[in-house]
Amino acid sequence: MKWLFGRRRDTPLWRDEFAISTADERYVNRRQFAKFLVLTSVGMFVGNAWILLRSWWRGEPVFLPATVGRVSELPVGGVKLFNYPGERDACILVRLAEDRFVAYSQKCTHLSCAVYYAREKGRLECPCHEGYFAIEDGSVLQGPPPRPLPKVVVERRGDDLIATAVYVRPQGTPA
Amino acid sequence: MFGYEFYVDPSRCIGCKACENACAECDTHRGTSMIHVDFIDRASSIATVPTVCMHCDDPTCAEVCPADAIKKTEDGIVQSALKPRCVACSNCVLACPFGVPKMMPKLEQMMKCDMCYDRTSIGKRPMCATVCPSQALAYVTPDRIARERREVPTNVFFFGRQRVTTKVAYMVPPARESVMVDVVDYMWEGGS
Repeated sequence: MKWLFGRRRDTPLWRDEFAISTADERYVNRRQFAKFLVLTSVGMFVGNAWILLRSWWRGEPVFLPATVGRVSELPVGGVKLFNYPGERDACILVRLAEDRFVAYSQKCTHLSCAVYYAREKGRLECPCHEGYFAIEDGSVLQGPPPRPLPKVVVERRGDDLIATAVYVRPQGTPA
Repeated sequence: MFGYEFYVDPSRCIGCKACENACAECDTHRGTSMIHVDFIDRASSIATVPTVCMHCDDPTCAEVCPADAIKKTEDGIVQSALKPRCVACSNCVLACPFGVPKMMPKLEQMMKCDMCYDRTSIGKRPMCATVCPSQALAYVTPDRIARERREVPTNVFFFGRQRVTTKVAYMVPPARESVMVDVVDYMWEGGS
């Protein structure tokens, strides 16, 4: 970075930055500041273009159906944790009624704390910053989370509960 | 003034304190003198010594400043603490081997002799050197001081093991090359 900031190497950095002599004081001059602005802008542009291209070329995600639980092991109001679609994607499955199952990603959309089912309140709660999600559709009830929880589609086939897809929904979209 | 240097000769000081009063006249710190005249041993002697900033080559005050407030300009003058930076911690006051910096509690700022920077930077002599009647404080060229004085200038001081070289020179007897200050001896207050 010497070409950018003109730093000398023969003195320690702290002495360089807090020079006793006014002649050695390192002010950022106009040209250095302009260089910094240009390089930062170019970096931001390239980064954003890369993200844009990636989102263009990324196809629809493919979800493989997976058995995540059994009806018989889950009483009404019961909770089961599972991983879907990947090994590290924690999800939470709740049996709301005799024949009503809902599942969401367990990662809070704010800072990825694990949400839990508050049965007496009838909602999913994140303990970190008190972000609450509706149990019916995963939408944000209060707190800092910016988006609803990603919804996992769960089908019942006989005694098996099979996850088939995950919907990531932006803010404001209906469940 | 290019080529002019500051010389302090304590043996010439008569203790008139004209320098203190002249310094206090300055508009940049009116009413407060940045130079002080001390009695060396009041009980047994009337000898006095004026103390100006010696403008060290490696200023201890600036080295110990935690706020990066004390700066040395290109002409070798160590300036007063920068007002926006000084945190009034008095580190410099305690660290200076010559006892020069002064803490101004009302201003919350360290102020010290800057060799009348407003004057010397435009070719005038420092206030104290212009008024000193015995020229214990002299701002002259090196060849003139060599011509007119019996004493020789030195700018090397030892405070214990700390070697300090300065911009301002002290006049010492011939054949002396440095001034040795036994700090512990001065600090000793017991006995005789």
